Amino acid sequence: MADDVTKQIDDEIRNNKIMIYMKGNPTFPQCGFSAATIEIFQEIGKPFHTVDVLSEPAKRDAIKRYSNWPTIPQIYIDGKFVGGCDIVREMFTTGDLQKLVDHAFGN
Amino acid sequence: MMNPQDIQRRLEEAFPDATVSAADSTGAGDHFAVTVVTGQFAGKSLVERHQMVYGALSALMPRIHALQLKTVTPGER
Repeated sequence: MADDVTKQIDDEIRNNKIMIYMKGNPTFPQCGFSAATIEIFQEIGKPFHTVDVLSEPAKRDAIKRYSNWPTIPQIYIDGKFVGGCDIVREMFTTGDLQKLVDHAFGN
Repeated sequence: MMNPQDIQRRLEEAFPDATVSAADSTGAGDHFAVTVVTGQFAGKSLVERHQMVYGALSALMPRIHALQLKTVTPGER
């Protein structure tokens, strides 16, 4: 049921300081943008959780509606939607991503 | 298969004051790199800016696999 998927997304975003919806997994990303996103968060060095939307098609559609965002990957930090690969990349370059993560982990 | 010109036209309609450039990143007609420069982005977060662009392209999005976006105001360029 669609509501179950939405509830799952709610829980994932609430229970993980860094939540990444991606294609594939961190070891085997299935898309260059997902791969680039994972590289950035590995560099940041804090624990993150991922969901592979390719193995969960219902969630792939649900997360796009949930975030009002048409593409994957999608990144949530501290329960808030941050954006996709381009935004994370830009924020990483400016140092804003590190600040956001530090704040989320209470540093 | 889509032309970057299709994307550019849509964005120029949606943001009449904007400077828009759109390029096919891979030559395959489904990966595009787009820059939009408009004063309408002033005071908006990056997420909001990208959502504005995605909104303008909603009819085309199902045929676009990847869109690399740069969204700036004339002052930020």
